[in-house]
Amino acid sequence: MDLITLLQVLDSTVRLATPLLLACLAGLFSERAGIFDIGLEGKMLMAAFFSAAVAFVSGSVWLGLLAGIGSSLVLSLLHGVASITFRGNQLISGVAINFLAAGLTVLIAQSWFKEGGRTPSLIGAGRFNSLELPFAETLQGVPLLGPIYAELISGHTILVYLALLCVPASWWLLYRTRFGLRLRAVGENPAAVDAAGVSVIGLRFAAVAICGVLCGIAGAYLATALQAGFVKDMTAGRGFIALAALIFAKWRPWHALWATLLFGFLQAVALRYQSIELGQITIPVQLMDVLPYILTVIILAGFVGKAVPPKAGGEAYVKER
Amino acid sequence: MDRMPAWADAILVPLISLVLAAGLSALVILAIGEDPVAAVKLMITGALGSSYGWSNTLYYATNFIFTGLAFAVASHAGLFNIGSEGQAMMGGLGVAIVCLMIPWPHWAMALPAAILGSAVFGALWALIPGWLQARRGSHIVITTIMFNFIAAAFLNYMLVNVMRPETSMDPATAKFPAGAHLPTLHDVLAVFGIPFSKGGLANVSLFVALAACVLVWVLIWRTRLGYEIRALGKSESASRYAGISPTRIIVIAMLISGALSGCMAINNVMGEAERLILNATEGAGFIGIAVALMGRNHPFGVLLAALLFGFLYQGGSELALWTSIPRELIVVIQALVILFTGALDNMVRMPLERIFAWVRKETQT
Repeated sequence: MDLITLLQVLDSTVRLATPLLLACLAGLFSERAGIFDIGLEGKMLMAAFFSAAVAFVSGSVWLGLLAGIGSSLVLSLLHGVASITFRGNQLISGVAINFLAAGLTVLIAQSWFKEGGRTPSLIGAGRFNSLELPFAETLQGVPLLGPIYAELISGHTILVYLALLCVPASWWLLYRTRFGLRLRAVGENPAAVDAAGVSVIGLRFAAVAICGVLCGIAGAYLATALQAGFVKDMTAGRGFIALAALIFAKWRPWHALWATLLFGFLQAVALRYQSIELGQITIPVQLMDVLPYILTVIILAGFVGKAVPPKAGGEAYVKER
Repeated sequence: MDRMPAWADAILVPLISLVLAAGLSALVILAIGEDPVAAVKLMITGALGSSYGWSNTLYYATNFIFTGLAFAVASHAGLFNIGSEGQAMMGGLGVAIVCLMIPWPHWAMALPAAILGSAVFGALWALIPGWLQARRGSHIVITTIMFNFIAAAFLNYMLVNVMRPETSMDPATAKFPAGAHLPTLHDVLAVFGIPFSKGGLANVSLFVALAACVLVWVLIWRTRLGYEIRALGKSESASRYAGISPTRIIVIAMLISGALSGCMAINNVMGEAERLILNATEGAGFIGIAVALMGRNHPFGVLLAALLFGFLYQGGSELALWTSIPRELIVVIQALVILFTGALDNMVRMPLERIFAWVRKETQT
């Protein structure tokens, strides 16, 4: 494999890792506050549709992004109302949200655009275009570093850089602010937070809302940056890979970056090569597709380091009277 | 807070949830510019207006009975088995191997073998997440989700690279031999002289599903194992003090749950397609969750809920055929049912409990 091929694979790694990273951080905020969220997939899908639809109708991708975030937030709040206010089962609520998104997106797309459950292709200002960082052309000639800068670092859409920025931002928010400390505490021991006079419900709703915003950006990225328009079920399990990455990262922001880059790399390789031949053995493409899931099961099983979720995860908080 | 009477808990709460879900679904249909009344009429005539419609309704219901029972059994043990989809896929592999390897002389011999094959494959696929939950504490929801994806990829590999006949481009197995052909409901009812649609999909697996309902009822409420499963689901510490091994019960409950999911394959793979195709399960594993929630994890409730979803599926197909409403409408309805009967259960329950408490107080004074 020569340098250019390697760079191309790494470049598509970054592109494919971006939605995973955003969704993974979304799940991180929610689960750190003690709310399990298996509805990441659904929220991304909903955002993908509404961002593409609004971007197409208005011709502005920024309005599309806003619509995507808004639609994802609505589903987030639904999850919040079901699992925080009414203390319902968080897993069931997540399952319902996934189905709701899978059904509604196609239903509305068919009703609005009549193109078999997809949006028309986005062109021009209707989608995020890649940014050329300064000097990418001029530095092209520099050996090694030039192509790395031009191919790998430059030439992504703004959402990619935004997603990467979200990593230190999330770390700072969670580990260096009062809000972050309380948010993490509410996922470990909500009774203590309550005793300190801080609203458990408020914190959890805040976490769920952050989760909705990040999922919204992830979905908008899928439909308006990675691809040009919405197609049925376009998230294709990414919400679950993000969930896997979250466990892989043991609920920590920087590790989430590495985990999603790893899973993005696996996707990039599977996309580029149908099957990989290592000497005598041929690795089928299907194995590449499921490697994230297999790795996660191994991690979860505790054979390679143990993944311990937030202690109060999945349980509704009932105030003692 | 005072408890509600049992009938309200078992019938009134699900009924109100269902009405809410139906009402919202009607609004959705209105919002996309269609007439909900006409849609419901079309669904009823399409699903229940002919013996062909009935046959397909019962075919879908058969799938959902198996996956609903699977989810219910795991639920009784306090386990959230979201992996029915993968287990049913692996069950399909089991059925395909049984049907293709042995030249069956008669279906009556092939069926028990296929049930065994599907159950074993489904159970084994549930065993690993079950064991990991019991011994390593890995969250069963995550592992079963992962196992769904792994099963889909594994099946994809098997169908494309291993089991596909060399002459075919289709990622599917060869057609099962004639000896493994299951009689359709038409054939069964013809024995009794009852005329029934020839073209419908329902087959003899329906009776296996009904038998499974009875067996699950006996298991859960009339055996020692069922008692232990329910005890574990109610309180792990209490059951531990009673000398019940959580590890053992978790693994056994998951084995039974997986076997039930796997058995779905005798209906959709052996009874209908008569070969194993990609994505044969079509999401029936997830509908099992809705069915079990609505049926309150009781086999009889599961049966009724499965019939309702069978009606929705057949009616929805007819809608997609005759109107511009896509099939995805059923997915929305399914989501609303899960939402109201599952996650928003307390929203319906809390006001009802208050009403019952008030009525009781009024009658006492």
